[in-house]
Amino acid sequence: MSKLYESQKIALLYFSVAIVLFGAQLVFGLVAAYQYINPSFLYEVLPFSITRMLHINAMVVWLLMGFIGGIYWLLPYETGRDVVGAKLGKLAWFLLTAAVGVVVLVYIFKQIGQGDFFTLWFITEGREYIEAPRWADIGIVAVMLIIYFNVAATVFKSGRITGLMGVLLIDLLALAGLYVAGMFFTPNITHDQFWWWWVVHLWVEATWEVLVGVLMGWALMHVLGTPRRIIEGWLYLEVLLVFGTGILGLGHHYYWIGTPEYWLGIGGFFSSLEPIPLVAMIVHAVYDAGVHKLQTVNRPALFWIFLQAFGNFFGAGVWGFMHTLPQINLYSHGTQMAASHGHLAFFGAYVATNIVFVYIILQHVRAPEGPILDSRAWRVAYIGMILSMVGMVGALLVAGFAQTFLERAVGGATWQDYITAQMHPWVSVPYLWRFGFGILFFLSYLVFLYDIATIGRRAPSVEVKPA
Amino acid sequence: MDFSWLEIVVASLLLTLVGGTILTRGRSWLDPVFWKRFAIVGSLVMFTFLWILTFDTMRQTAIGKGRIPDPTVINKKIGYQLDAETGRYRPVILGDEPLFEKVYTREEAMRLLTKGKLTIQSRNCMDCHTLLGNGAYYAPDLTKAWLDPKWEKIMIPMTGAKTKEEAMVRFLMNPDKFATWTRRMPNLHLTEEEAKAVVAYLKWMSAIDTNGFPDHFGESKLVEF
Ligand code: HEM
Ligand code: HEM
Ligand SMILES: [Fe+2]
Repeated sequence: MSKLYESQKIALLYFSVAIVLFGAQLVFGLVAAYQYINPSFLYEVLPFSITRMLHINAMVVWLLMGFIGGIYWLLPYETGRDVVGAKLGKLAWFLLTAAVGVVVLVYIFKQIGQGDFFTLWFITEGREYIEAPRWADIGIVAVMLIIYFNVAATVFKSGRITGLMGVLLIDLLALAGLYVAGMFFTPNITHDQFWWWWVVHLWVEATWEVLVGVLMGWALMHVLGTPRRIIEGWLYLEVLLVFGTGILGLGHHYYWIGTPEYWLGIGGFFSSLEPIPLVAMIVHAVYDAGVHKLQTVNRPALFWIFLQAFGNFFGAGVWGFMHTLPQINLYSHGTQMAASHGHLAFFGAYVATNIVFVYIILQHVRAPEGPILDSRAWRVAYIGMILSMVGMVGALLVAGFAQTFLERAVGGATWQDYITAQMHPWVSVPYLWRFGFGILFFLSYLVFLYDIATIGRRAPSVEVKPA
Repeated sequence: MDFSWLEIVVASLLLTLVGGTILTRGRSWLDPVFWKRFAIVGSLVMFTFLWILTFDTMRQTAIGKGRIPDPTVINKKIGYQLDAETGRYRPVILGDEPLFEKVYTREEAMRLLTKGKLTIQSRNCMDCHTLLGNGAYYAPDLTKAWLDPKWEKIMIPMTGAKTKEEAMVRFLMNPDKFATWTRRMPNLHLTEEEAKAVVAYLKWMSAIDTNGFPDHFGESKLVEF
């Protein structure tokens, strides 16, 4: 094992928690998917609302933890020095992990509270994705500030700032600031959802997208040796296109929540353009890999980079575009279409980014002098995850189209129309497929675990050691 | 606001273009600094427009400002009708209809609705249902639940209640007992006070002008099987 900076040791801490939570996400996803098929399963113990909440909250937390890990990992490369506050960094990690643990225990064992402010402060806020109670919100923001100042102080102490770090510092500030928009109570549900989307949309379609732009740009530089000048030029173009379309693209969530009509035009126009930067990212990755004739020392990282570029484009760009015009969204809004899109987009754009960093780190730790990082297991996990994700997303797409037509277009969107559509075989059978492919996804995750435990361990010692 | 969506789109794009062009004068488009400046200008322009639109939206969607009706709307009969001019459905007020045989003052209604919203959040309704179309997809959308014909057709007879709101309260307090499908709503232990507050909230929500979502609510051609 080669020498690690303190910053990189913190990265390892973040990734170990992230990978465990990834597993937890999948387990709760499987339970939720099974409850669709057999609604009495755990009906009185862990109802669907709780398993689903655990599924998506685990996702948000592990993805963020992976991003933080990635930032700590590349920090010494970009600044030429170690992190300023190593102890502080570890403390922040510990606090975050402990807070997540407490929140999860309360979710599982307390689940719900009375309709009062105590519940919002200590049990759940009941708002999808950001259910975490208020005390945890404040804690998360405090920890994020510690992390932020640690990164910023390191950059400024180093006396130089690369383009990547410049974009990162501004983007992180926006990311943390947006979270505050989701931290207050209002009886007005239109205002509630208006600000809720500031967090959710301006995270995944603006600040997270730019953040992974930085992480993937650095990864391309690292894995393929693309020159910094090219990476930074592309990054600025991406920032222009992502923020230029994604900020007002927010309007595609303001069609039907009581907000004024002008959002139909503004949201429809800008969100339709949101796929453009995602196409640019594909061009960028494929062009770079072509220039280097696919020569790399880190096969799994390179292939996950490709998957990130294509997954982001298809999941966010194509699947997002499918239902983003108000004329379509009027009927598809709040159906399985959104679940189909949400799965492919989060997987392609964000899961893939974190896995790229896992392999970059593993190479550094296990096979720093080469020859190259490779194994058979990563291919199995890679293909397995792609196939099973496509299977789940395809199943939900069928269910989503059918639900849109049956419940919303032919039907009158009522309670009974909902039930009738859910019982239609075009909707109910895909739920079986989704569960089956979900199992396959989980098995692929186990192969991934096996791979990250073993890759780079054996190969060099067999080949390099003299007899 | 007196601008159309198209004017806002054109203005934001033009400002980005003009601002970016001025700040990148004399630079080649292959120079990263060219894109850096454009990125800064574009982000600032779009964010500024978002703030302006946010203020306008907050104003237009304040409680009692038309799109979001006054809390006392829970004392009224609410309907949902096609507006011929726009081709979209709109909530309409069709005279008086007290809730739980009571006429609420503005303060009483506001207190009740606040309780309703707190209760909805405390039980994670949004992690099974959608409200205004946002949430989870395991259970029906609640945007116009107050207007749902099922309360009269099935739930009043089933719960033995006299009125729709009473049937709703009974269902909400014991959803596991009044199930109509294999996917049963769990018992979330609502008190009677909480259940009434939630019913009031659903009534209020059904009166929000959602630009026509869901389309032709309650007019179904779907054949049950
Ligand atoms: C990586 C980027 C993206 C991620 C992770 C993502 C994820 C999601 C998720 C999870 C939802 C469901 C939200 C809910 O629970 O209610 C959603 C909704 C939506 N997304 Fe995306 N998205 C991304 C990018 C895009 C893009 C680029 C577009 C448009 C081209 C788009 C269009 C939409 C629309 C229209 C909805 C609303 C669906 C509805 O009306 O129910 N998304 N997105
Ligand atoms: C074992 C694999 C998985 C299974 C079985 C599964 C199952 C589910 C289920 C049942 C839901 C609830 C949908 C509903 O409300 O009807 C859900 C929601 C969601 N899952 Fe998964 N999931 C899996 C993996 C993933 C992965 C890998 C991601 C992305 C990283 C993901 C992201 C999401 C998101 C964003 C939502 C919310 C969607 C929305 O509200 O539109 N899931 N999942
Ligand atoms: Fe969005």
